[in-house]
Amino acid sequence: MDALLSVRNLSVTFDVAKPGAWPWTPPRKLHAVSEVSFDLKPGECLGIVGESGSGKSTLARAIVGTIPSSGGNIFFEGADLANMDTRERRVHRRDVQMIFQDPLAALNPRMTVGEIIAEPLITHEPNTPRAEVKKRVGVLMERVGLLPNLINRYPHEFSGGQCQRIGIARALILKPKLIICDEPVSALDVSVQAQVINLLMELQRDMGLSMIFIAHDLSVVKHISDRTLVLYLGRVMELANSRKLTTLPEHPYTQALIASVPIPDPVLERARPRPVLEGELPSPLSPPSGCVFRTRCPKAQASCADARPVLEDIGSDHLVACPFHEAEHVLAVGS
Amino acid sequence: MMLPNRAAVEGIAENMQLADVKGRSLWADARTRFLRNRAAVISLIMLCAVAGFALFGGLVAQYEGDFVNFSLIGSNAYLGVPSIETGHYFGTDSNGRDLFARTVQGTGISLMVGVVGALVAVIVGTLYGATAGYYGGRIDGIMMRIVDVLMSIPFMFVLILMLVIFGRSIFMLFLGIGLISWLDMARIARGQTLTIKNKEFVEVAVATGVRPIRIILRHIVPNLLGIVIVYATLLVPNMIIFESFISFLGLGVQEPATSLGALINEGSRTMQFGYYWQIAFPLFFFVITIFAFFFVGDGLRDALDPKDR
Repeated sequence: MDALLSVRNLSVTFDVAKPGAWPWTPPRKLHAVSEVSFDLKPGECLGIVGESGSGKSTLARAIVGTIPSSGGNIFFEGADLANMDTRERRVHRRDVQMIFQDPLAALNPRMTVGEIIAEPLITHEPNTPRAEVKKRVGVLMERVGLLPNLINRYPHEFSGGQCQRIGIARALILKPKLIICDEPVSALDVSVQAQVINLLMELQRDMGLSMIFIAHDLSVVKHISDRTLVLYLGRVMELANSRKLTTLPEHPYTQALIASVPIPDPVLERARPRPVLEGELPSPLSPPSGCVFRTRCPKAQASCADARPVLEDIGSDHLVACPFHEAEHVLAVGS
Repeated sequence: MMLPNRAAVEGIAENMQLADVKGRSLWADARTRFLRNRAAVISLIMLCAVAGFALFGGLVAQYEGDFVNFSLIGSNAYLGVPSIETGHYFGTDSNGRDLFARTVQGTGISLMVGVVGALVAVIVGTLYGATAGYYGGRIDGIMMRIVDVLMSIPFMFVLILMLVIFGRSIFMLFLGIGLISWLDMARIARGQTLTIKNKEFVEVAVATGVRPIRIILRHIVPNLLGIVIVYATLLVPNMIIFESFISFLGLGVQEPATSLGALINEGSRTMQFGYYWQIAFPLFFFVITIFAFFFVGDGLRDALDPKDR
């Protein structure tokens, strides 16, 4: 399989010290991401959805490498990231770029837009002449819909949507192979969201980028991604073609997630059964035994507590981690 | 819609031949706010005047600072009074030396002590604190414990011992001041770094593969510089007071060189005989300098972080 990125049984745990504990007492383990596996083909866009605290951002950061993983492997073009030394790792970083949720926070307030966009270029190709850097920054600013003469402005002089465009330009200047978008539109207002998403899709198509797109808005994910991965408490619940996942979800969690997306039609919305999901996300410090979703699952049975459900392939690349899965028609999101 | 289609944008840009727009940096904003603060601006002007006095006052002086006019010894009360005609603008000291020239020299040395102390604090303290804060974990622990240990040493005592053992020289004094001044700054810089390093722009830089040294210098230090500058301007007067205290004890700057502290010390001895000018002029420059530094520091604080006014 010639996947660009292969994630195999990736786990990320954090040490959490008990309040008032001695320095030598072993800390508790917080399992933010646990045994996640998936492949990403070149040019493909994978959506990752899940409610807050489900480990979406942690997964992204583990792939980028700003958070160390505690188990499993990440293969990028066949090379295991864990085996890379610091130098190889630094060179590898030019191929993977990230776009963040809060556009303004992701830009250094003391640097001009030109310096911000040029930074990856200067880091990886330090011998590029000044004029060349400026030219490339200008071209890219135009490409993402910013006037290139704003190159000497500072981030606080831009709107949220413009800041996100600056972030996109910075991510693209090295022509990376993979872009990870961590909720890139959640902080923007709806009209600007559409522009930014269309820009991302256009860039992805034109530059042949692979993309991992994280969001908690299913309609956005469905719009942009080819396949969608559903995370719950750091575990994969379902992975399938986006269209299939949003219209014919198999996993009870996905069904509940889709049922909770409001439909912009008051009649349909009122006629629809209310979301079935109750309660809170269990603490990742002490996740439920067996299937982590069983505490809130409408289909939960006694056997769910025994063993962790395997992610089974039910045909046409549709993976579900529930032995009691059954397809259920839900009102399609946004169509 | 902001920018509906690229072709149109390109068209506009070409037609208008737009020049690059000059951005207003946060520094420029802070300068505007600072210039609006009257007390701070007046203080800054006064500071410049004092610095000018220290630098160029020697050209105006009619006598050398170490020239002893023997004919004046013992007749200070009527011959050594401040006057334009004799050329002793600030009068003479009890040894018959021109007080104007000596005040010029003393102001210069006091300012230098303050500025050197603040510079050491800014450079060493900021880099040390930013490095400790950025790396975190064990490195942070070790670096900050070193600071704690150094802080727990009673420095006045150590400095006095150093001056007694190694001889009294300006170099020793600078060394002593340099050794203490950066400790507080390192703590402040570290605390600020801890909040800055979790910002997303630092994470972006890490993810892009920017080297740690560059992250510290380009992303962290410029963002904590606001607080550092404010603290440094408030540190300068403290250093001047510190030096004056050491000189007042007779351990700091040695004759024939002098500092404001030493001059005030001398003046205070003859104050009771009515030679008011021997303490008044050095004290005037001392007070002016310190007040001006405090006001400038306040103005900078208001200008650089408008949030915590």
